[in-house]
Amino acid sequence: MSKLDSKIPEGHISQKWTDYKDHLKLVAPNNRPKIDIIVVGTGLAGSSAAASLGEMGYNVKAFCFQDSPRRAHSIAAQGGINAAKNYQNDGDSIFRLFYDTIKGGDYRAREANVHRLAEVSGNIIDQCVAQGVPFAREYGGLLDNRSFGGTQVQRTFYAAGQTGQQLLLGAYSALSRQIGLGRVKMYNRHEMLDIVKIDGKARGIIARNLVTGEIERHAAHAVVIASGGYGNVYFLSTNAMGSNVTAAWKIHKQGAFFANPCYVQIHPTCIPVHGTNQAKLTLMSESLRNSGRIWVPKKKEDAEAVRAGKLNPAEIAEDDRDYYLERKYPSFGNLAPRDISSRAAKEVCDEGRGIESNDTNEGVFLDFSSEIQNKGKQAAYAKGNHNPTPEEITALGKQWLKEKYGNLFTMYQKITDENPYETPMKIYPAVHYTMGGVWVDYNLQSSIPGCFVTGEANFSDHGANRLGASALMQGLADGYFVLPYTISNYLADEIRTGKISTDAPEFNEAETRVKELIATFIGNNGVKSVDYFHKKLGLIMWNKVGMGRNEKGLNEAIAELAELKAEFNKDVYVPGSADELNPQLEKALRVADLIELGQLMAMDALQRNESCGGHFREEYQDAEGETLRDDKNFSFVSAWEHKGENINDEVLHKEELKYEFIKIAARNYK
Amino acid sequence: MASKYINVNLKVWRQKNANTKGKMETYKLDTVSTDSSFLEMMDQLNEQLINERQEPIAFDHDCREGICGMCSLYINGRAHGPDNAVTTCQLHMRKFDDGATIYIEPWRSKAFPVIKDLVVDRSAFDRIQQAGGFVSVNTSGNTIDANATPIPKADADKAFEAAACIGCGACVASCKNSSAMLFVGAKVSQYALLPQGKVEATNRVLNMVRQMEEEGFGNCTNTGACEVECPKGISLENIARMNREFMKAMITAE
Repeated sequence: MSKLDSKIPEGHISQKWTDYKDHLKLVAPNNRPKIDIIVVGTGLAGSSAAASLGEMGYNVKAFCFQDSPRRAHSIAAQGGINAAKNYQNDGDSIFRLFYDTIKGGDYRAREANVHRLAEVSGNIIDQCVAQGVPFAREYGGLLDNRSFGGTQVQRTFYAAGQTGQQLLLGAYSALSRQIGLGRVKMYNRHEMLDIVKIDGKARGIIARNLVTGEIERHAAHAVVIASGGYGNVYFLSTNAMGSNVTAAWKIHKQGAFFANPCYVQIHPTCIPVHGTNQAKLTLMSESLRNSGRIWVPKKKEDAEAVRAGKLNPAEIAEDDRDYYLERKYPSFGNLAPRDISSRAAKEVCDEGRGIESNDTNEGVFLDFSSEIQNKGKQAAYAKGNHNPTPEEITALGKQWLKEKYGNLFTMYQKITDENPYETPMKIYPAVHYTMGGVWVDYNLQSSIPGCFVTGEANFSDHGANRLGASALMQGLADGYFVLPYTISNYLADEIRTGKISTDAPEFNEAETRVKELIATFIGNNGVKSVDYFHKKLGLIMWNKVGMGRNEKGLNEAIAELAELKAEFNKDVYVPGSADELNPQLEKALRVADLIELGQLMAMDALQRNESCGGHFREEYQDAEGETLRDDKNFSFVSAWEHKGENINDEVLHKEELKYEFIKIAARNYK
Repeated sequence: MASKYINVNLKVWRQKNANTKGKMETYKLDTVSTDSSFLEMMDQLNEQLINERQEPIAFDHDCREGICGMCSLYINGRAHGPDNAVTTCQLHMRKFDDGATIYIEPWRSKAFPVIKDLVVDRSAFDRIQQAGGFVSVNTSGNTIDANATPIPKADADKAFEAAACIGCGACVASCKNSSAMLFVGAKVSQYALLPQGKVEATNRVLNMVRQMEEEGFGNCTNTGACEVECPKGISLENIARMNREFMKAMITAE
């Protein structure tokens, strides 16, 4: 029998969550203060969970490595959050959001989890408005919506290009309230470095105080990991510099299965790479694809002239432009899903039609000139000017863009020194989000009892490709509306356990593991910096486990990453000491885990002999270069079990995906 | 993007920890791409220091896209450096000349003690938020429908502009009094402008202002330096609004 029990309840898809929730065990209010819960990470999933559990009356300890919980990388999400409110009366419903998400994920997500997500999506918006989150509004005072990729309705709520910031500050305010009331104890500048299991159950963590270097023991009746994704395995990504896999990887090493590690989202609209000293990439929100048209020159010689600075893109005639998304996917056009749009950009650049003058020539245009004309004309008419001059139209159109996307345009201009109101933006795909993560059941519990995983850190809702504006939805759904119910069901059996002591031998063992690891790095006396290895890791991953993958490259990557791990352990130099603020030590501990994870990602990509969503195996494509799924053999979640230091020894378990309510079909956006 | 390269002289504040005295140290860094961000330049310097077996410089940073508020740095006497309306991570080296000397210091304020080198402790901001920067609504999901209470667009837009504060502390660092009034004013204003925030408005402003004073921030003397250096363009109007809210609360509080 499979070791994986997803615990999906029986019943009709629309009733599963309601019925299940109604029968979960509860913990009475007088018992909750006797129960301790640890939450690691304070992004949307962590803050919302910590705040909700604190409100309920549990004793919560929350941890973040940043100097304040408000800095977590959810803050950087730009475009929006989906919810099936149907405020625009364009035919949206819970079922449609559910369907779009399953289809967007290329039929590799669990039906029951995704339906639950769609069911609670509306509550999220209600909750956030009640908290004082200032979403964008229409002149009538009601909430505004826009479209995102992979959908044909307007269900995305937003706050300019700073939706993640506003939602996180909302969750942070709820968390702050609980901290102020003493129900949550916050540990800023602390990093979880291991989990402690007693009798097989999660009973605490080992954390390092990043300011003093002190190694601390924290006990609890349950541990929630909300530590985000692992995009930084590619070195260059849109993730924050500190984003890392360590918390998730440490629990993996202690028995939590890691699911679908090869599912990575490469976001189509990022600012292209400028040079070798670049440390991170910046996203330009997908919402810009509502207004911008993506193109490259039809002729290679025009692309060459653009790169050489000899041809102004505005001078390229309409007939000489290839609006390749509109051409290939007419019904979704520039709003094709992310994985498809990214691959299409790679394809035209591989043909030599990229327009960026950097080492790789990789870049395509995102052009707002048509939108300036359209919106300018509309704005003029709205003002009663039915004969606007071209100059008036352009000025009004630019004004409209500024109101809608002002902060993004400013950010672009600061980074590139080019004015996107006058000349098209240059964009290229970059690593953005990881759909894979720790395997969890319907309760969001990992394969370690008492260890729950929420948000981007788990694998559960996005299948092989996440649709835009769905990450924020999942983070808050997990933390506000799912975990509080399911964790209580687990904790109902813990009310007689009593206080967990940090003197248990298991705490000793875990602490020793952490201290020994730190001592190895500090005393290593190698010759190369942590970044040297991180960049090397990133290159292997991007070239061989990136947008296009094949058997040969993946086998090479697996061997190279095993070598890199050995070289890293031998040659890395970590300056400073363990008992002080030491950013290089923090980074070394994170990169060590990323290298191991990278190897598992390549192994996962190698065993998945099909193309689906963000996982594109070059051997499996149709005549037009579209992904070729193999539902007969690969309609499963891959869940990897750790088996000691050699990553090659990890064992693959398969959770079969059953589609009872959606007819599984080839994904078509044409 | 056609890159140019420049050489720079750096004068950087080094301080082992909160209990030791710090001082300026000089470093020379060559071949810095003008397309690099300021923090990528700092990465390059740290890589050079590591290769020379010297201790790299500690500085706070995370998202590197101007939104998390973690990066700081007082550069050539200005919070977040010589560009306007940007954080240090969005400042680019094209703003500096070849051969330039650049002074880099931490935020200076009694309420923001130095932890190490350029890293300071801004947890005072968290404690102000904990004192009242929220709406007391439980996260049940059983609130009223989001569209049940229309909010005039002008109010929603103003609330958003105030809520855009990233909590970086540039306002405090720029102020000769180390006042945190722009930060607190922005939060008070966001809620004061929205119907959801009005219920607790009185207690909120009193509690947040009390906490602000306890943390040791100075008073506002209307120099306006904070507004000039704020990377998010938070307006001084928010301080005026907070003062009105505070006066109202003083009169009406029981």
